[in-house]
Amino acid sequence: MSLMDKTAYSVGQMIKEKQVSVTEVVEETLKTIEEKDKQVGGFLTVAKEEAVEEAKKIQALLEDGKLQGPLAGVPIAIKDNINTKGIKTTCASKILYNFVPTFDATAVQNLKTAGGIVVGKTNMDEFAMGSTTETSAYKITRNPWNLDHVPGGSSGGSCAAVAAREVLCALGSDTGGSIRQPSSYCGVTGIKPTYGTVSRYGLIAYGASLDQIGPVAKDVRDCAALLETIASYDKFDSTSMARKQYDFTSALTRDVKGLKVGIPRDYLKEGIDEDVKGAILAAAKVLEKEGAIIEEFDLDLVDYAIPAYYVVASAEASSNLARFDGVKYGYRTKEYENLHEMYKKTRSEGFGEEVKRRIMLGSFVLSSGYYDAYYLKALKVKRLIKEAFDKAFEKYDVLLGPVAPTTAPEIGKSLTDPLKMYLGDIYTVSINLAGLPAMSLPCGFGKNGLPIGLQIIGNCFKEKDVIRAGYTFEQATEEKYIQKGRV
Amino acid sequence: MGQKHEISDETIEYVGILAQLEIDDTQKEKAKKDIGEMLDYIDKLNELDTEGLEPMTHIFPIQNVFREDEVTNDDGKEDTLANAPVKKDGGFKVPKTIEG
Amino acid sequence: MSREYETVIGLEVHVELATKTKIFCGCKTEFGGAINSHTCPICTGMPGALPILNKKVVEFAMAVGLATNCDITRLCKFDRKNYFYPDNPQDYQISQLYLPICRNGKVEIEVGDVKKEIGIHEIHMEEDAGKLVHDEWEDISIVDYNRSGVPLIEIVSEPDMRSADEVIAYLEKLRHTIQYLGASDCKLNEGSMRADVNISVREVGKKEFGTRTEMKNLNSFKAITHAIEGERARQIELLEMGKDVIQETRRWDDNKESSSSMRSKEDAKDYRYFPDPDLPPVSISEEWIKKIKDSQPELREEKLVRYETEYEIPKYDAEILTETRQVAELFEETSKLCDNTKMVSNFILGEMFRLLKEKDMDGTKIPFSPEHFAKLVKMVDKGVINIVVAKEVFEVLFKEDIDPEEYVKAHDLGVISDENELSEVIDRILAENPQSVEDYKGGKGKALGFLVGQTMKAMKGKAAPQKVNELLHSKLD
Repeated sequence: MSLMDKTAYSVGQMIKEKQVSVTEVVEETLKTIEEKDKQVGGFLTVAKEEAVEEAKKIQALLEDGKLQGPLAGVPIAIKDNINTKGIKTTCASKILYNFVPTFDATAVQNLKTAGGIVVGKTNMDEFAMGSTTETSAYKITRNPWNLDHVPGGSSGGSCAAVAAREVLCALGSDTGGSIRQPSSYCGVTGIKPTYGTVSRYGLIAYGASLDQIGPVAKDVRDCAALLETIASYDKFDSTSMARKQYDFTSALTRDVKGLKVGIPRDYLKEGIDEDVKGAILAAAKVLEKEGAIIEEFDLDLVDYAIPAYYVVASAEASSNLARFDGVKYGYRTKEYENLHEMYKKTRSEGFGEEVKRRIMLGSFVLSSGYYDAYYLKALKVKRLIKEAFDKAFEKYDVLLGPVAPTTAPEIGKSLTDPLKMYLGDIYTVSINLAGLPAMSLPCGFGKNGLPIGLQIIGNCFKEKDVIRAGYTFEQATEEKYIQKGRV
Repeated sequence: MGQKHEISDETIEYVGILAQLEIDDTQKEKAKKDIGEMLDYIDKLNELDTEGLEPMTHIFPIQNVFREDEVTNDDGKEDTLANAPVKKDGGFKVPKTIEG
Repeated sequence: MSREYETVIGLEVHVELATKTKIFCGCKTEFGGAINSHTCPICTGMPGALPILNKKVVEFAMAVGLATNCDITRLCKFDRKNYFYPDNPQDYQISQLYLPICRNGKVEIEVGDVKKEIGIHEIHMEEDAGKLVHDEWEDISIVDYNRSGVPLIEIVSEPDMRSADEVIAYLEKLRHTIQYLGASDCKLNEGSMRADVNISVREVGKKEFGTRTEMKNLNSFKAITHAIEGERARQIELLEMGKDVIQETRRWDDNKESSSSMRSKEDAKDYRYFPDPDLPPVSISEEWIKKIKDSQPELREEKLVRYETEYEIPKYDAEILTETRQVAELFEETSKLCDNTKMVSNFILGEMFRLLKEKDMDGTKIPFSPEHFAKLVKMVDKGVINIVVAKEVFEVLFKEDIDPEEYVKAHDLGVISDENELSEVIDRILAENPQSVEDYKGGKGKALGFLVGQTMKAMKGKAAPQKVNELLHSKLD
């Protein structure tokens, strides 16, 4: 078994036991990226020199006994909308084509403090707007399971890189499913934490009330360890929550006896592929056999999450992305007569179609005369959706369902009909609206051989229930769905 | 399957001003269609009675997150200008902002 | 034949708060740093940066609200005001629209002898913009974000004013109140207080308001007065010609003494306000309000009443003594230490204001201590120095905050009342001025004054005048 096929946790152990040096791990990672990323296209920037330098420092700290955490010395890829000091961060947009942050995101800072090593920045849908990573201004990322298919999105680069075993683990961000859906498509594990668990400081905002950074890795243990490392109360993020415990790895136990699991009936209705549905129901059976109590139930308002989400996210995006105007950083158009021409040309040339579409929609729903009808209405529906989940969690400990209605579509088939693409987010966006934690983990393969993800949704601050259920599923199925892509 | 929301040229141009985006004639038709379709779909929200509900901005009832009035930052000039597309005399250079 | 019009005026007053740091980051607010030196990722809108609210800003806003009789909003929120401009680094300004911190207040103003109440619609907190420096040669502008994120409150009045005099009285009232609270220095000429004036006219007797315009760029009382007069005339002229006043923002040019429209095609004036998802609401408890109320200093109008009753100071003098909180405090503390209110007041009103004016200072900084000042007054009281010397010493006190006792001693400025010493000098003066002696004896009382003056001059002003008089009389009568 190659080093890259191991989990981050076990490589961390090997480093500590001096079976391998940090430099060897980093070199192996860089070598693999060089070999495989030509096909996969998961990376936008490989921070080769920085990583090699950092490896030496971390090795020294380890030898001095100054680093104890499970991920000390482990290389990590970072989605390109998360600030990395001194390493280009573009959001896969032309408008930030040369932007080099002057500070690390708090999540990155936490990783570094724990001895994690940033090896590069991963491709994504431009400003995290998209479900296929095809809206990137720079390159196509391919699904390691079938290179003709998309990896999903928006954290497609992070998930594809982990699936191809180019890197042991990665950070993604999730505004409406952007960690879970590509994790599902690529057959890896990802967690979107409870809103406020991981600081948003240094995450380039898309929908500020919905965005969360989260881990992407091979298995539940790695995700739990990574989440434990990046999560913190942060005074630089006013929406950060001071949580009592961050010991997510303590939930890595095979024990779901008596765990009450609800399956929203509407999640398995029309629109879902039969093989996806089958895999989800089979996964439920696995947990039932482990002692969980499984029940189907009616979750209210499933159909209203997408319209509410697109109003809220687009409105916030229209404001969050206003700052990209050619004045302070990034792209500025070459020729302009006056200020407004500079703004308009810079933004029109700098942003891609999908981003412009959402900025326009967002500007419209906030504009005079429409604010109440659209924006406030969506925020009221958000409240109803939250209440629907509150009601569900009065009865159940976790909810179970698909991540996406299908497996990964072919490249080039999604962008022509934006609305149809948005409808694919039906199982994920409501979780962001309600601030809940949720995990996607591999639970089977479609007839086309592409991975299928299982979504486990927890109540707010109940990541541990989610992790325990996910870990139990993994153990009960003898990790048989944890497989690397075919590149 | 007729769109309910017919977006006019004026509306699209107005949105272009608000968002500071240039929308040429070919993009205009597409934008009108896309936004119209989205709005049709968003109209689904009107099926729900939300009378009297408080709009939910923040998911958690956090309040009063403050910093104390203490200087924590040194001279930030270098970092501030590090990514400037065009700079001059220590500032960001932009087209003249007052109407002549 | 011609119709009579009345002017209806409402004000939007921006006040820069006197915090040490900006509203959402730990950068300095002080003036005078190198271009873009007081900046960080937060106040320059760097991607990924997030705001953190300065608690002091909330407390200053509350204090101003309480002092202007506002209701404090128990749960207030921040909203984003979206518009593109280079001085606005995020291309949205964090402000408060839907739930401002204070609402529904009022202040009393006095013009001539007429008292009037001006309603305050609301006070909200927001961030200031950066500065644009225009380079005429190159036809470009340069952006400096040092002021970006400096905390402001915007005080929005009701349209309750009818004349420039009322506007100025209202602004003075706000300035005094806010300065006393220590929430701002409120200097119009330096931009720490800025007033936008909403003006409309209507025929006398009509109930409905006319269409209003908003006048910007008014940085002196003179400019405000001129702008109101000018805009009133412009609007009346339009109406008389049967035209409509257009609701718009106009920019006043005080050199040209005229205004021009600030409207442009690219300016939709649709700010798309929405609650800022990055900032949780501010919840204000009764205890917090009480704490702010309890720490509120005595305000100017209370002092004015007390000065007249307690110190028996004429209203006119009291108004000057209370011009700034610092002067009033100097007056009160010194009076307490030396128990001669009248003399303290005379020194302040006379010497101190003369020196302040000479030094181009405004009474918000007092360069000497009440302890030293009180010593000086006491020395005059006890006859240790005379008033002529005292004024000289005061000037040194003002400049260097010396200890007057030590200074008088070191420079040998004490009054001389030793009879032998004085007698010797007087004898010499009498011998040198036989004509005056004769005149006096011949019944010309004036001549005595001349002899006193000569003696004082010979003694370099240090002779005790009372004693000199006594001795002269005993020698001549």
